[in-house]
Amino acid sequence: MSDTSPKTSRRHFLRGAGIGAAFVLGGCKELSQRPWVQDTLISAEQLTKRVQRLFAGSQALAPEFAKADIASSFRANGTTMPATNDYQAHAAGGFKDWRVEVTGLVDRKLSLSLADLRKFPSRTQITRHDCVEGWSCIGEWTGAPLKLVLAAARPKANAHYVAFRCADPMDDLDGDGIPESSFYYESLDLVEATHPQTLLAYQLNGAPLPVANGAPVRLRAERQLGYKQAKYVRRIELVERFEDIGGKGGYWENQGYNWWGGI
Amino acid sequence: MTISEETAAQAGEVPQGATRVLRWILNFLTYGANSRPGEPRVPFYRHALFVRISHWVNAGVLLVMLMSGLQIFNAHPALYWGKSADFDHPVLSLTAQYDDKHNIRGVTQIGPWKFDSTGTFGYSDVDGQPAVRGFPDWMTLPGAQWLAMGRQWHFFFAWFFVLNGLLFVALALRSRHAQRDLFPKKTDFTHLPKDIVQHALLRFPKGEAAKSYNGIQRLTYFAVIFVIAPLIVLTGLTMSPTLDAAFPPLLWLWGRQTARTIHFICAFSFLAFFFVHIALVLLSGAGNGIRSMITGWWYLEKTGGAHE
Repeated sequence: MSDTSPKTSRRHFLRGAGIGAAFVLGGCKELSQRPWVQDTLISAEQLTKRVQRLFAGSQALAPEFAKADIASSFRANGTTMPATNDYQAHAAGGFKDWRVEVTGLVDRKLSLSLADLRKFPSRTQITRHDCVEGWSCIGEWTGAPLKLVLAAARPKANAHYVAFRCADPMDDLDGDGIPESSFYYESLDLVEATHPQTLLAYQLNGAPLPVANGAPVRLRAERQLGYKQAKYVRRIELVERFEDIGGKGGYWENQGYNWWGGI
Repeated sequence: MTISEETAAQAGEVPQGATRVLRWILNFLTYGANSRPGEPRVPFYRHALFVRISHWVNAGVLLVMLMSGLQIFNAHPALYWGKSADFDHPVLSLTAQYDDKHNIRGVTQIGPWKFDSTGTFGYSDVDGQPAVRGFPDWMTLPGAQWLAMGRQWHFFFAWFFVLNGLLFVALALRSRHAQRDLFPKKTDFTHLPKDIVQHALLRFPKGEAAKSYNGIQRLTYFAVIFVIAPLIVLTGLTMSPTLDAAFPPLLWLWGRQTARTIHFICAFSFLAFFFVHIALVLLSGAGNGIRSMITGWWYLEKTGGAHE
């Protein structure tokens, strides 16, 4: 993660042999709780990310499938109905007044309705959704390529990360007036965000996105695991530094999952 | 004087029978089932340093990989065949269900067959509390349900598994250890039935014949090193969505869910290999075998002669 420099992360990585010995000697139950063990293990993420990027580059496309491969029902995971009055009112109204804002380090802030999103040249792709739990599901997604949406907002030269702020609260709160920090969020770097298959998707299998799958707009980042592909997107924020995203770059990242979701 | 003779000499009044039993046990633990106490032996340098280092590194890394892999499996304790998951038709699943009396039972399903596995698979105790989980806590790393940490262990040590394996293969080819001892010979196949019988009778090669691996060893080590290990790495890589984009040919071989299933089968092949390996090390002389894998030196019968 960017809070560890490559140098310290290499040093952490070299501690691996030490962990191996400690594992055998000290038993493993408490080892996973120790911060130094956690820091050492997560240091492999940078190496994994770099090597995967080296091979995948910025353009390699995730595999696309045939209509026959589409799952009869697309499994929904995580939030399936955001528990706020605001969201539920939008859902009841067919998301007529839903806006996706593009903010942060841009020359032109945007506030896009669904109709505005549909005006972008759309992309439809049949792709495999890989959940971090291990299962996969194939669906057909239609949406506006994020690259085009970002281009319309004219990002500043120092914008390096794209954060996605969502409408589903993750802490067990109800009603409104929930601080933004308790909502789901995710982030990508610019390479992944401007990849040709990265979409703000508003359709699944030719129909408007179901609530369980992230209505009205969700992110598709097809070279990443499911948790990176934020549902219920309401604000897209361009920031300069990783730290500006907040926490460890996403809701699940704060629970110990890798920011690099390519594996 | 051997240790057993020393012991017998010190305990002067120990009856002859007990001394012989002790000598036999010590000899069995050192030289295995197919040896005689007091047989003259000469040291033979059997394992090069790189073989010994990579062997023990691999042993530790594989343990972490297996246990953290089972932790990851537990996040969705079912396997499928194909590109995506057909949730209603798993190849294997470890779940929990209510029985007629509303008790929760662990259920293992393999293809069409189901059986009760309460206590081990599907439903088992974690810190004294019953929990719905695929593999029990003593088999997973970390013990409790903690997918994020299981992934951290797995993806860190995966690098060591691959680097250690590549280094071993490179050095084994360069030193001709692979060509000499690991690549199967034609006769390994033709002699296989006879070798299996000899192994089953615990008649292991001796003397000169024990200087290299025997046919069964060559075939097994070859399969583990050059078939199962590459397969487990390739199927592991196939599960990465980024690498599927980078190397679409991975998916010509198998779909992601098939890859996950093969990955699992390979992991249990390693485990099966481990158990057979340990059993044969014990039967063929644990002391001699472990010493040779630590110091390199193996004590060979002076008289020689193969088991034929």
